[in-house]
Amino acid sequence: MSITINGKSVSLPADMRVSLLDLLREHLHLSGTKKGCNQGACGACTVLVDGERILSCLALAVQYDGRSVTSIEGLAAEGDFHPLQRAFMEHDGFQCGYCTPGQICSAIGMAAEMRRGLPSVLTADLAAPEIALDRDELRERMSGNLCRCGAHNGIMDAIAQAIAMGEAK
Amino acid sequence: MTPFTYARARDSAEAVHLASSAGAKFLGGGTNLVDLMRETVENPQSLVDVTGLSREIEELADGGLMIGAAASNTAVAEHQAVRTRYPLLTRAILAGASGQIRNMATVGGNMLQRTRCAYFYDDAARCNKRVLGEGCDAIDGFNRMHAILGASPSCVATHPSDMCVALAALGAVVHLKSASGTRAVQLVDLHRLPGGRPDRETVLEPGELITAVQIAPLSAARRSTYRKVRDRSSYAFALVAAAAALDIEDDATVREVRLALGGVAHKPWRALTAEAMLKGTRLTPTMLRAAAEAELADAAPLRDNGFKIELAKRTIVAVLTELAGERMA
Repeated sequence: MSITINGKSVSLPADMRVSLLDLLREHLHLSGTKKGCNQGACGACTVLVDGERILSCLALAVQYDGRSVTSIEGLAAEGDFHPLQRAFMEHDGFQCGYCTPGQICSAIGMAAEMRRGLPSVLTADLAAPEIALDRDELRERMSGNLCRCGAHNGIMDAIAQAIAMGEAK
Repeated sequence: MTPFTYARARDSAEAVHLASSAGAKFLGGGTNLVDLMRETVENPQSLVDVTGLSREIEELADGGLMIGAAASNTAVAEHQAVRTRYPLLTRAILAGASGQIRNMATVGGNMLQRTRCAYFYDDAARCNKRVLGEGCDAIDGFNRMHAILGASPSCVATHPSDMCVALAALGAVVHLKSASGTRAVQLVDLHRLPGGRPDRETVLEPGELITAVQIAPLSAARRSTYRKVRDRSSYAFALVAAAAALDIEDDATVREVRLALGGVAHKPWRALTAEAMLKGTRLTPTMLRAAAEAELADAAPLRDNGFKIELAKRTIVAVLTELAGERMA
């Protein structure tokens, strides 16, 4: 039983109770993914599984046997930044930074959802093949990621820029 | 979290076999069960992972849909046939939870999620759902989120699902499998009102598995929507929600109407009284308000949630007014 984390194969823990979040943070010492509420309310633990955004705190690691997980550490080559990380810095998309890894992983998953035409509850025409990139859509789609510093405006600016430049991947 | 064993089922027969032992529970996306296990509200001895079962969304020859219980909430909302034929279902799903949770959560798990009553989660509080007979601290507690219809002296919790409200309006059928065979129940009969047994939330037998949900063709559903009223505009449970479909003629005669409410009861609330009053009549604002009044005639407020009664009436009027558009008489 193994799971691929940021391109490397990792053995699954023997204890079935270990969440994907605790596997990352406590077993693999990948502490970029954050434990905020640990109950699915804040989004700080968001990672990508086979390109889809999920909450690693509500995921039992054993359920993800054979899957490929990308955490914030896996987004850019060593010593470099992902374009979304640069955009967050340019637009002051954080103060304390605790929600940032989850925000960035969530934004990448969200951008992929938009590219394939997934509507949101705000999308007027459910049959439309393309989703208009406006601020209300972005805010709705990112509502599962809380920022208690109140940097949401900068976060939205950063994500909007990265999507517009085709860099939210 | 209490220790448990884990097994992944390859098909529904294996899942039912694995779940035949006492203390077994089926595990879908885990978005509710893992949280409840961490809070030790749920303490299964074994988990049977059913996310590998059918996630197919099959278009049936009659024009309906058969949705595998392991399909993700996102996959159902995104499916072209759901978006065009049953927009209320897409909108209900997308009104629930967050993008991350909708990616994880399965259709079967959505139906079987537990109430979000805070007293149910808090083991320092009394809750008949957790410990039958110990009493209910919600009845005299903070209960603005709680039920106004179908509650009992034992329990005033609500069912939190948005998806199920749309499925109730659509008259969906839930397919079940157990060691003794298969059966099908109406979605509106899957969940129970609390009565004296709020610990029993559904009619499922121990070890019985939801394998699929079936939606019959319904032309009225092409003109349908979901309206959710909540404390913040996204990522919050409903105070009141309404799923509605309307087929209305040019002269305002209602050919077909479907209506279900969420956030008001221990189960998705199909508004059959209002539907019966509206079907075949000419839709006017007065008629609509009268139907809403009749549907809520038996509503009973608790200390903090009396506002929900008027809110539910106005939500019914608003959602059907929106669907009627210029055809309202």
